[in-house]
Amino acid sequence: MRLSSRLTCPDRSGLPRLVLAFFGFALLSSTVVRAADSQPEAHRIVSVGGTVTEILYDLGAGDRIVAVDSTSFYPPEAAKKPNVGYMRRLSAEGILAQTPDLILTEAGSGPPDALAVLAQSGIRLINIAEPPAAETVGARIRAIGAAIGKTSEADALAGKADDDLAKLKADLAHLPPERKRVMFVLSIANGRIMAAGKETAADAMIRLAGATNALADSTGYKPLSDEAVIAAAPDVILTMDQGAAPVKAEDVFALPALAASPAAKQKAFVSMDSLYLLGFGPRTADAARELASRLYPEAAIR
Amino acid sequence: MSIAIDIAQQPARGDRSQQGALALALLSALLVAACLISLTSGPTGVGLRDLVSYLAGSLLSGHQTLSKQDLIVLEAVRLPRTLLGLLVGAGLGLSGAMMQGLFRNPLADPGIVGVTSGASLAAVAAIVLGPTLLLPLQTALGAQFLPLMAFAGALINTGLLYRIATRGGQTSTVALVLSGISIGALTMAATGLLIFLADDRALRDITFWSLGSLGGATYGKALSIAPFILAALALLPFLARGLDALVLGDAAAFHMGIPVERLKRISVLVVAGACGASVAVAGSIAFVGIIVPHLLRLAIGPSHRFLLPGAALGGASLLLLADSIARTVAAPAELPIGIITALIGAPVFLLLLLGRGGRGLID
Repeated sequence: MRLSSRLTCPDRSGLPRLVLAFFGFALLSSTVVRAADSQPEAHRIVSVGGTVTEILYDLGAGDRIVAVDSTSFYPPEAAKKPNVGYMRRLSAEGILAQTPDLILTEAGSGPPDALAVLAQSGIRLINIAEPPAAETVGARIRAIGAAIGKTSEADALAGKADDDLAKLKADLAHLPPERKRVMFVLSIANGRIMAAGKETAADAMIRLAGATNALADSTGYKPLSDEAVIAAAPDVILTMDQGAAPVKAEDVFALPALAASPAAKQKAFVSMDSLYLLGFGPRTADAARELASRLYPEAAIR
Repeated sequence: MSIAIDIAQQPARGDRSQQGALALALLSALLVAACLISLTSGPTGVGLRDLVSYLAGSLLSGHQTLSKQDLIVLEAVRLPRTLLGLLVGAGLGLSGAMMQGLFRNPLADPGIVGVTSGASLAAVAAIVLGPTLLLPLQTALGAQFLPLMAFAGALINTGLLYRIATRGGQTSTVALVLSGISIGALTMAATGLLIFLADDRALRDITFWSLGSLGGATYGKALSIAPFILAALALLPFLARGLDALVLGDAAAFHMGIPVERLKRISVLVVAGACGASVAVAGSIAFVGIIVPHLLRLAIGPSHRFLLPGAALGGASLLLLADSIARTVAAPAELPIGIITALIGAPVFLLLLLGRGGRGLID
């Protein structure tokens, strides 16, 4: 279940979440402004949010992290740090016990009461308000760089991430007009497929890789009826490597509802790492490129 | 009826009021100890010595020697949390004992009159629909949105049930139980529908809410639920006398001069307020309302004069101890408190039952 925070849509509830964030952080705004002005170096960072942690490591600040939250599991050494729990259920005292000089939180961290106590403590608390999405990668990297006093490194990394995305767009412009219909399978329980509809991170990634979500009608992650699966007629099945019981190609294509699909005929099955595929961190362009090259092997992307 | 009065007035064989008074004294001492443990345990290592120097600083010398961070841990994290645990635990223990007395059933809990199911439905609605349909309400109420929704849900659901079970000024406890089952099924269905609509983040929030937590405690939360718990405590003498009489049945209690209908109405109202407020701020914390009254009944007998205050003291102690464990055992993260209350409560309960050769169940 560590994946769940990655699975929600990057853009769906952006506005409400911003409003919520505004209220939750109304108290903290002065702290944030002050922090952005002075840009002191931070040496004991508590990092909350998988992509925040990933970006910190990319900026070469991994050794300054004293604790992470339970959604931070990339790079693997991040998961060995003390864990302050799930990002939406933070404990103020647990974080204070790490004696941090900077607390970095991803959009949606909470609860607001715990954050208010942390703000009161005088420790710098900076929220990266942009929700994880391809378009916000650069902005998030720059915000984190400013928070830890590594502005030039962050500029370089953000520039590279933005360039990668622009280059990906240019390369994908030459894809065949016939877009692949991709079904993202989260899990199979009791022979029923749980698949990604619109407004999910998986949907955003499928579209970024130049394909179409086979489930244009449903929203969120929902168990599908067999008839909906047949009607979706996916060309490719996409899933994640991670988890105790990963979805396997033979199990997917053994399902009667999928046996007649184009994907089953071609044995078209793609499995990728969860945070890489759905994290919308600095590796987003690489993940989308890899996905596109596996969806369209004949187009020779690279 | 004269027999009943004789029994009530003469110190007869089987009178356990001395035991009751002793138990209350012991439970009060336990509660003081639990408060101290709650104030001095946590991942930051702020301990008894810091608490003493804090108290000396604020009461005697007037200036603090503690570091700013330690002060914040004590003043902004632990003290409100201890207060909240005290109130919530007392509310849950008391509500459980009252429901068992009112329904003359040792397995009754505030869930029977729809408090928890109503609060759950409203809380899940707040979590799932908060960012969309209920956004104006959520932005207007801010952090109080979920607690207020849950409390309103508890009151509305209980009120509805009470109206259904009342015919011609008479409330039948059997009708209350039966309509409670059907209304419970309805709220379950509505909650299930909301869960179906929820995204993964909301699902995770729902799971954590349903396991309960005292995390994020503030003085505001403690203050806002205090009136409901204190009102329940103030009504204790009236409720205890009434519930003791009710053991003999509605009719017998009526002939003993107990205003039975008023007693039922007030009991349900008090439970909806106290338990609803507790669930609203801390989530649904299982087992406190069942285990504490049961342990007490095994020790001091069924007299509500001692049982009700005992359940309040014991519930508060159990919750504070469970919370101290919840925040240290997985530090720096926190376990949901519902796990701990059940993990402590269930084995102790079983041991006591086995120790009495199972007779405790029938008492």
